[in-house]
Amino acid sequence: MLSLFIYGVIQSVTLALYALGFSLTYGISGVANFAHGGLYILSGFIAWSLMNTLRLPIYLALPLTVVIAGLIGFALYWGLLVRIRGIPLAEVVVTFAAGIAILEFLVWIGLYGFYYNLPIFIKGGIEIQGVAVDYQRLFVLGIGVILAVLLWLFVHHTKIGLAFRGIAQNEHTALTFGIESDWTGALSLAVGSALSAIAAVLILPMGVLESTVGYEVLIFAVAVAIVGGLESIPGMIIASFIIGFGQIAVAKYIGSKWMVIVPLGAIAFILAVRPSGLLGKFKELEERV
Amino acid sequence: MATEAILKVEGLHKHFGGVVAIQQVSFEMQPGEFLGIIGPNGSGKTTLVNLITGFVKPDSGKVIYQGKEITGKMPYTIASFGIARTFQMARVFYHLPAYKNIIIPLCSSRVKKLRGGQYGERDETAVDLLDDMGFERDSFVPYKLAGSLPHGYLKRLDLARALALRPNLLILDELFSGMSMSEVASTLPLIEKFNREGLTTIMIEHRLKELFRVVNRVMVLDFGQKIAEGSPREVMNTEQVKKAYLGSEVEID
Amino acid sequence: MAEANLKFRRERLDRGIKARSDTIYVISSYREILYLLLPRVLPVVGLLVLPLVLTGYWGKVLIYACILGLLALSWDFLASCGMFSLGQAFFFGVGSFIAGALAKYLQWPPLLTIPVATLGGGILCAAFLSPVVRLRGIYFAMITLVGPMLFSRLIIATEYLGGSHGLSSLTPFTNKWVPPYLAVGALLVCLFGFRRIINEDYGLVLNAIRDDDRAVMSAAINIYWRKIQALFIAGSVGCFAGAFMTHQYQFVGPSAFALDYSILPLTAAALGGAGTFAGAVFGSLILVPLSEALRVLAGLRITFYCIVLIICIIGLPEGIFHYLQRKYQQFERLTEI
Repeated sequence: MLSLFIYGVIQSVTLALYALGFSLTYGISGVANFAHGGLYILSGFIAWSLMNTLRLPIYLALPLTVVIAGLIGFALYWGLLVRIRGIPLAEVVVTFAAGIAILEFLVWIGLYGFYYNLPIFIKGGIEIQGVAVDYQRLFVLGIGVILAVLLWLFVHHTKIGLAFRGIAQNEHTALTFGIESDWTGALSLAVGSALSAIAAVLILPMGVLESTVGYEVLIFAVAVAIVGGLESIPGMIIASFIIGFGQIAVAKYIGSKWMVIVPLGAIAFILAVRPSGLLGKFKELEERV
Repeated sequence: MATEAILKVEGLHKHFGGVVAIQQVSFEMQPGEFLGIIGPNGSGKTTLVNLITGFVKPDSGKVIYQGKEITGKMPYTIASFGIARTFQMARVFYHLPAYKNIIIPLCSSRVKKLRGGQYGERDETAVDLLDDMGFERDSFVPYKLAGSLPHGYLKRLDLARALALRPNLLILDELFSGMSMSEVASTLPLIEKFNREGLTTIMIEHRLKELFRVVNRVMVLDFGQKIAEGSPREVMNTEQVKKAYLGSEVEID
Repeated sequence: MAEANLKFRRERLDRGIKARSDTIYVISSYREILYLLLPRVLPVVGLLVLPLVLTGYWGKVLIYACILGLLALSWDFLASCGMFSLGQAFFFGVGSFIAGALAKYLQWPPLLTIPVATLGGGILCAAFLSPVVRLRGIYFAMITLVGPMLFSRLIIATEYLGGSHGLSSLTPFTNKWVPPYLAVGALLVCLFGFRRIINEDYGLVLNAIRDDDRAVMSAAINIYWRKIQALFIAGSVGCFAGAFMTHQYQFVGPSAFALDYSILPLTAAALGGAGTFAGAVFGSLILVPLSEALRVLAGLRITFYCIVLIICIIGLPEGIFHYLQRKYQQFERLTEI
């Protein structure tokens, strides 16, 4: 029972970390960044290159990765999205295509199999009443919680955060107050990418670094966003806990091969019951007509 | 009057978050009546329309139309009973030619039934209706893309779309806002004519002068509450209405 | 130079022949008959002759191009009523697995499996996606994106329906002329059928839903039911494509949900020009042979499609077909301002 709880929490926090960048970008600027999975793996690959090709020490390489990922997000906005800003479906298609292009390109240069690995920060682990947990997983847990708190403070208590919220609520009004929508859009992508890079350098050491993982991350980020409701960060966190615990429970009692049915079932269920997600605003009709 | 009310609204209530948009509004309409709804901005007029036409679900209260309860039904179901509306910001199909905008309601099962299961010459009907609205038949206007028309035309296109449904109850949500004086002058008699022919009409309007000329009865909303109801003259002499419309002089002829 | 340009502006006018053949229904000359018929008949004849000319490898490429053309048509049909799918592979995969399962476990011949997979698959897809029709914006894209990925993982994980190995040695088509002509025929029927539907009232309503769903609702039309019908039609076409390929390859596996089937139709429609159906077909008939010709790109195929897609969306939002159509029907001249 305790192991269910511990692993459930860790799995949930992992999912929340996957989804954080995606949800935050959408929440800030309304851009659904489907390149998320691609950026995740790209960050992992950058970290690997920095450490193995440039031989940088880990404490330099990882922060640098996060910065580079942020810059890539920035470039993604100014290079591609700025031209089609305001056409949501074009944004969706372009970010989706960019993400897939990155992933498939990485497959082409050989990013599959077990060759690529990121080192874990701290080796070893502890035992909590008979349940073995390694330090890296606890680390993920801690960073996840810290990030969530920091983000909340950032969005609610800083100038940029408030500007972000203004944009998300009404772009045109925000414009008249001198908040530049393009810069916030670019920043939102930068922050989202940086978050996906943080998730990547934290979580990837526990698995392999390959492109299929990128699809996995994209699926979970989108699944969590659908279940939790697109605009809502609390909804996203609740959804990650539901899916995370669901997966661990299914793995424990039914068999780990059935784990994939949890996100699918959750999506199907939420669509049937409350299509806009747990905490999503049901915009179907309740908009000013 | 002994006839059954065509529309009966009972204790309608709706709030958005902490804001009460409509508070315990009740009223009745007899067939053929012309009701004006006025009130300051944000007094809940549009919300009331949305509640009646099903675009917004009420928290409590009932809407009864021709003896049937229609509260909370889907907008298309309510429309198919014969309640047509226009939108405050004209909603038209920008990528379709103007006359094809009118064909959309002609494709509905309601109009098909009224026409005895036959489509008939729909293009002809559509162009006829637009001709009435001032889209001259022999000009290019009815065949232009709706997106390329000026705002006054869009409002009339919206009206034409509502009328094409052959409604029993027509709700006009600030139809004249954004129309030029001459457009108003040509559209108003048309609405009057339809009303004389028996179409029950609700009109929400800020142009009180035009409104008072056509309506039988006026209802005043303020902060989501009905503060007065009666003939135009009665209503404008009420103390509360004067307060709500503080500073605006309205002349009734 | 800049000053000189300021005095003139480009003006586009319909060619006289277009205006005549548009409005006057009396066919008065061979020139006008040809003007109207040529762009329609030429591609049809071309597509019908190609299977005779192309055999072996390029014959297979033609079939593949037609099947992806069908998926692109199905994408364009959904897009015409405002539903932008990122996962045509969902339709393809559902059709494939229905046909595959029927052929494997019940030994049904293609003559039965394909129609059953087409209709049954269409119903399944419409049922699965029906809750989404109430939502606007990007939800439809998100659901269709994760749908096929989750389904393929489900099949691999649970090892049902053949698991990761798939179902193999399924009944092939008996006659070698059946596959190419079935594919070409289905493509043509869909192309002209969809163009017909979209010009009728039915399509008009779908287009109107894309423009403004509330206005359609206030015109007493049940938009959700219409969208579900559109999902069924598009789903059936996608499922047919899947069922066909199952028998063509005599194999079905999780790869039926692969990204190729999602990205390529999207790219084809964007390249050819969305909204006309002909553009979607045109796009896939260009893209598939092109990517086959660039076999060096084998591993980079999807990257290539993605890059073409991005360029098309950002740089050529009009699409090739619209461009050609304009050139065919209109001429440009400079007029003085």
